[in-house]
Amino acid sequence: MTAITMNVNGKQVSGDVEPRTLLVQFLREHLRLTGTHVGCDTSQCGCCVVHVDGRAIKSCTALAVACDGSTVVTIEGLAKDGVLHPMQEAFRDNHGLQCGFCTPGMIMNAVDVVHRKGHQLDEHIIREELEGNLCRCTGYHNIVKAVAAGAQAMANAKA
Amino acid sequence: MSSTGIGASVKRTEDHRFITGSGHYTDDINRAGQAYAYFIRSPHAHAEIVSIDTSIAQSMSGVLAIFTGEDLARDKIGGLICGWMIHSKDGSPMKAGAHPALAQGKVRYVGDHIAVVIADSYAQARDAAEKVNVTYKVLPAVVDPATAPQATGVPVHDVSKDNIVYQWHLGNQAETEAAFAKAAHVTHLDIVNNRLVPNAMEPRAAIGDYDFGTDSFTLYTTSQNPHVARLVLSAFIGIAPEHKLRVIAPDVGGGFGSKIFIYAEETICVWAARKVKRPVKWTAERSEAFLSDAHGRDHVTKASLALDAQGKILGLKVHTIANLGAYLSTFASAVPTYLYAPLLSGQYNIPAIYAEVDGVYTNTAPVDAYRGAGRPEATFVVERLVEVAARELGLDPAEFRRRNFITQFPHQTPVIMAYDGGDYAASLDKALQMADYANIAQRKAESARKGLLRGIGLSAYIEACGIAPSAAVGSLGAGVGLWESAEVRVNPVGTVEVLTGSHSHGQGHETTFAQLVSDRLGIPLETISIVHGDTDKVQMGMGTYGSRSGAVGMSALFKALDKIEAKAKKVASYVLEASEADIEFKNGTFGVKGTDKSIDFASVALQAYVAHKFSGQELEPGLKETAFYDPTNFTFPAGVHICEVEIDPATGVTRIDRWTAVDDFGAVINPMIVEGQVHGGIAQGIGQALFEAAHYDQAGQLMTASFMDYCMPRADDLPSYQIGLSNTPAPSNPLGIKGCGEAGAIASPPAVINAITDALGHENIAMPATPMAVWRAAQSASLKAAE
Repeated sequence: MTAITMNVNGKQVSGDVEPRTLLVQFLREHLRLTGTHVGCDTSQCGCCVVHVDGRAIKSCTALAVACDGSTVVTIEGLAKDGVLHPMQEAFRDNHGLQCGFCTPGMIMNAVDVVHRKGHQLDEHIIREELEGNLCRCTGYHNIVKAVAAGAQAMANAKA
Repeated sequence: MSSTGIGASVKRTEDHRFITGSGHYTDDINRAGQAYAYFIRSPHAHAEIVSIDTSIAQSMSGVLAIFTGEDLARDKIGGLICGWMIHSKDGSPMKAGAHPALAQGKVRYVGDHIAVVIADSYAQARDAAEKVNVTYKVLPAVVDPATAPQATGVPVHDVSKDNIVYQWHLGNQAETEAAFAKAAHVTHLDIVNNRLVPNAMEPRAAIGDYDFGTDSFTLYTTSQNPHVARLVLSAFIGIAPEHKLRVIAPDVGGGFGSKIFIYAEETICVWAARKVKRPVKWTAERSEAFLSDAHGRDHVTKASLALDAQGKILGLKVHTIANLGAYLSTFASAVPTYLYAPLLSGQYNIPAIYAEVDGVYTNTAPVDAYRGAGRPEATFVVERLVEVAARELGLDPAEFRRRNFITQFPHQTPVIMAYDGGDYAASLDKALQMADYANIAQRKAESARKGLLRGIGLSAYIEACGIAPSAAVGSLGAGVGLWESAEVRVNPVGTVEVLTGSHSHGQGHETTFAQLVSDRLGIPLETISIVHGDTDKVQMGMGTYGSRSGAVGMSALFKALDKIEAKAKKVASYVLEASEADIEFKNGTFGVKGTDKSIDFASVALQAYVAHKFSGQELEPGLKETAFYDPTNFTFPAGVHICEVEIDPATGVTRIDRWTAVDDFGAVINPMIVEGQVHGGIAQGIGQALFEAAHYDQAGQLMTASFMDYCMPRADDLPSYQIGLSNTPAPSNPLGIKGCGEAGAIASPPAVINAITDALGHENIAMPATPMAVWRAAQSASLKAAE
C-alpha cells in the first residue's frame, strides 16, 4: 500500500492505495465520488474525464499514485456554492444529454476545450475536440450546440 | 398550450443530477460488506469442459467462493429463457437448447460463462480467476450463419443437428409466385445486415443482496424492465418467489434493447448473495460487454421485387437467414420473425408478399433486439429494393416511391399489419423540399468539379410501435402481455406521485410523464414526481422498449388521470354542495357550472383525505387510482429521411453533407426530447451504415471486442441534422402518440447506402461502407467507366 494525498474539489484528501489503483478507482471507490464514470477499458470513451492540475485527463489511464500531490477537479466540484457552472447549464438548456452516463466526462472535457481554444468555437472545432468522448444517445447534435453555448456563457460569466 | 404541458419543449427535470454527477447508476451503489464477482469466460467458441480445477484459487487471499454450473444445478437454479415461441412452417416448435447461467459441460461462444469467483475485492477476484485451471476439448466452431446448416462438425446444441432453430414463414407463397410470373421487371438484391454491438455507454452491472431476517432478495441491475426481470428470475429461474425478490433498476445509462434481457451475471449475483452471506457486486468491463451483451441484426437475405411495366409493385419475396448466436436470448426468436417480416410492406401497396426466415445457431454471442429490432432489417430490405428498382426502371426514386405509396386507410397488408393512418406523401414532399432535392444535379456538378462524388439517398420507413395488444402478441407466441400500468397518488397537499411500469434510461420520462400530469391537472411540474424502476414501489409493469412508453405507458397514465379527475369531481361536489354533473374541471380548478363557486385541485386533495364533507357516504376517502392500458393496435410511425453524401474517391472517405428527417410520430409531448431521440437514432443508423461491425474470425474469436477495434461513431464522424415533424395522430390510443425512439435507427441505414450507391453509380457496396470498402467500390466504378 502507498499513502497518497491530493486536493480534490477543494478538499485535502488522503488514502492508502495499492500501487495498481487507478485515479478513477480512487475517486469512485475510496472517495465515493461516483459522478466520474467508467465506460470502457481502453481509454476511448471519455466518461472518466477529470481535471488534474488544470488539464483534462482520462482518469482511467492515470495511476492514483502518479497523481499524489495533485489538484483534482471532478464533475462534483464544478458547481460553486450551489451555482451551476455555465457549461453544466448549457448541457441542460440544449438537451445535450439523455441517459447522462457520458455527461460528466463530456462536460469536464468541454470546459477544458474552452480553456485551450477560447470562447468562439465553431462546429468543426467542437466536433474534433470531442473525438475522445463517446456518446451513444444524442448523436452529438445537441452536445455540439451545448458546448458552443457553454463556451459563450463562460465568456459572459468572466465579463 | 401551457409552458409545461403537452407540446412544450420543457427542459428536463432529471438533468440536474446528471450534470452534477449526482445520478445513481448501479455501479455507483455500494452495499455494506459487499463482495465482488468476476466471471471466468470461455476463450474458445466451442469446447467441452474436461475439468475445472479451483484448488489454488480457493486458497487465495480474499476469495470467498468459486461456483460452477454444478453448484447452480445442485440448487435447482433454472436456465435462462427465451420468452417467445416460434413455430416452423411445418408446425414444429423452435428448437431451444438449454441455456444454463454457468456452463454445464460445454461452452458455446467466446465469453460464455464457466465459473464465478467471489472475493473481498474485485482485484482479488480477478487475480484468483487467473489461477482457475480449466481444461477444454476444443470443438470446431460454427461461425457463418449462411452455412451453419451445412456445417459438418458438432452442432451447437444437440436439439438441432443442423443448427436450425426454426424455419418460419409469413405471407402467401402461391399469390406471390403468381405476381412474379406476370412481372414485367424483377429487381434482385443480396443483402447482409451487419452484426452490431449495442454499446450503451453504461456497461451492465448488478448487485445481489439477501436479507436473512426476512428471507428476501434485492437485485440492483441495469435493466430496461425490472418487473420482467423479476418475473423471469422468479417464475423460470427459481431464485425466489416474486414477493421475496425486489428488483431495482436505478439510473440506467442507455439500453437500446441490450438491457431488456435477463442475463447470466445478474442471475448469479442475486443467487450467490445468499450463498456467501454478503451482497455481491459485478460491473462489466467493456470487453465483457462486447463478448456477452446480446448483439443485434446479423441477417443474410435474398430479396426480389416484382414490378409491372408502369413501375407498380406486384410482389415481394424475401428469404432471410438470421443468426441467433449460441443461445436463444430473452426475445431473440421474435426479432427476425414477428418484428421483421410484418414490416416488409413498408409504406407501399404490395399485393403479395412471401417471407421465409431460417433462424440458426452459431458459436457467437446471443443476438437479440437492438434499437429497432427487426424493423431496421425490414426497412433496409424494402428501401434498398425500391431504390434499386427505381434506378433500373429509369424512374426518379422519389417519384417511384410516391407511385406505390399506400394512400387509403385503414390498409391491411399481406403480412399481418393493419395500418390505421398516415400521410406518406406529405412527409415525402416536406422532406424533398427541406433537402432541396430539386437542385441535387447542380450540387453533384459542383462536387464533380472538385473531383468528389456526390450522392443522395432516400428512405421512406414505417415501423410498428406501441407494442403491443396483448391478445395479438399472445397469438403470435409471446409468453407475456404487453400492456402498461400507471398509478397516480395524490398527496393531501396536492402534490402528485406517478408510479409507472415504463422505465427511463435516457428517454426523459421524469419530464414528459410529468408534463401530461401538469397538463391534465393544471398543477406545476415541481409538484409532480415520476417513480419508476423499483418493483417494491411500482406493482407491475412491462418496461421500456419498442418505442412503447409514450403510446402505451402514457396511455395508462392518461386512463389513471381520468379516474383521478372523476373521483376528485365527486369530492368537489360534496365540498361545493353541488350536483356532480354540474362540476367542471378546468386549469386546475373545480367550479360549479353557472356560478362563481370554485375550489382548486390541492384543496380538493386535502378534502379527499380529511373526508369531513362526505363521511358516511358511499364515496371512499383518499385520492389514488391505478390503470392498466392494453393497446388496441400497434402504432405506425413513418417518415422520410434523406441523406446526401460527398465521397472522396482518392481516400474512400464518405462525408455526410446533409441529413433531412421528416417523421410522423403522431402527437408529441416534448418536441425537444423527440428531436433528441431522432438525432440519436440516426447516429446509430449511420454507425451501422458507415462504421460498425461485430466481426468473428473463423475460429469464433470476436475480432472487434473493444472501442479500439469496433468503430463507434464519434462527434467528428457525424453531421448536424435537419428535423421536421409531419404529424397525423395515432387513432388507436387516447393521446394519439405513435412513438419516436427507434425511428432514426430504422430509417437511416438505407438512406446512407442509397446515397453512396447513387454517388458511386453502382450497387455493389455492403455495410459498413468503410473508407476501404468505398475506395475499392469507387475504383471499380472508375475502371468500369474507363472500359
